[in-house]
Amino acid sequence: MKENIKIPYFPGCTLKTKAKNFEVSAIEASKMIGIELTEIPKWNCCGVVSSLSTDDLMKHIAPVRNLIRVQEMNDSGQANGNRLLTLCSMCFNSMKRTNQRVKNKPEDMKSINDFMYLEKDYLGGVEVIHYFELLDEEILGRIKEKSVKSLKDLKIAPYYGCMLLRPKDIGIDNPEEPSVMENLISSLGGKPVKWDAKSRCCGSYHTVNNKDIVINLAKGIIENARKSGADTIITSCPLCAFNLDNRQKEIIKKDHGFRTMPVFYFSQLMAVAFGLKEEFIGLDGNYIDPKPLLKEKKLI
Amino acid sequence: MPKKITLNDKGIEFLKKIQELSGETITLCDQCGTCSGGCPFVEDMDITPSQIMRKTMLGQTDVMDSKTMWICASCYTCTVRCPRMLDVSKVSEALRQVKLRQAIDKINIDDITPEDANELPSIAVVSAFRKFTG
Repeated sequence: MKENIKIPYFPGCTLKTKAKNFEVSAIEASKMIGIELTEIPKWNCCGVVSSLSTDDLMKHIAPVRNLIRVQEMNDSGQANGNRLLTLCSMCFNSMKRTNQRVKNKPEDMKSINDFMYLEKDYLGGVEVIHYFELLDEEILGRIKEKSVKSLKDLKIAPYYGCMLLRPKDIGIDNPEEPSVMENLISSLGGKPVKWDAKSRCCGSYHTVNNKDIVINLAKGIIENARKSGADTIITSCPLCAFNLDNRQKEIIKKDHGFRTMPVFYFSQLMAVAFGLKEEFIGLDGNYIDPKPLLKEKKLI
Repeated sequence: MPKKITLNDKGIEFLKKIQELSGETITLCDQCGTCSGGCPFVEDMDITPSQIMRKTMLGQTDVMDSKTMWICASCYTCTVRCPRMLDVSKVSEALRQVKLRQAIDKINIDDITPEDANELPSIAVVSAFRKFTG
């Protein structure tokens, strides 16, 4: 058996505010399977919505600063392995992209290091990973072992969205046919649903000033899950979660016949399966009340 | 006789600018339409992603008046499917940057309803302001 994993962890803004239930369930469920997430000190914005233009280096400074924190933890012996883990898909994508850019372009690395002259130089040694990348056979085995409440009656639609899969050199799985979330669901004893919309965009930040786009996309995604037999959708992105869960309030306003569907963070279902206390599952943070579904399936 | 399309100076300058900002060789686009076919936002756009590519490669600066580049949310569906390995999301970003760098913002904080301001997660607000302001 492998040893327990202790890994530096970057929470990001939303896990400390609107998605506290994501953080608490992930931290507590991880403890059950020998994964300890150590929050990195003095972290800042992940640099979300990666700047895609060739010259906009300013927008890559914030993520590099977080990578320096991990480098320091490794240098001082507080961590080893030079990895940084995220739970949020968007944080994962933007920090991995910046990391890749400065590693491939030494002149960009130099400009950013020169700009942040009060920090130690970033040397490019850190690897940014998403939580799902820890789910090897060993960890999936532990998940199976710790799942005391069977999710066998729960049909779960794994929603990847964009940021875990695309672009190809950043994504953690096959962008057209991913399977990492299905493996997690099966290890928890649940039934992964086969569906078409699992990597369709939820509309992202348009939810701020172009809500109708998000309402239409979210409705299509939820209806596709329903049609495919799902009871619920799971995600690892707090923006997808908001668009798929909270925006159902707006969908109902436009379509009175719309049937709502609870949306979970994947870690909440881990916490349910592991039989953790309600405060570690954080069901009150979900907009569409998931309790009736969990009661019906005799899970709470 | 094959027809030859010649760009005027303004068109050449525009194409050069967008290629430089995006890092993409837009003239490699074959106009196969895969990007437009898979784009989840295409019904909200006035012209399709492949039309953006075509207009830009022809130096047609009126592409800047289209709303397509603002609707593109960088979901990278086209990016992973382009048979020419082009990244249309980078072209959209370059087009947006041309406007944003003239200090023309595409979001107004007053347009957010008090209800939304209260409920929106920080990740949404940060993302929108980073995409829609210069």
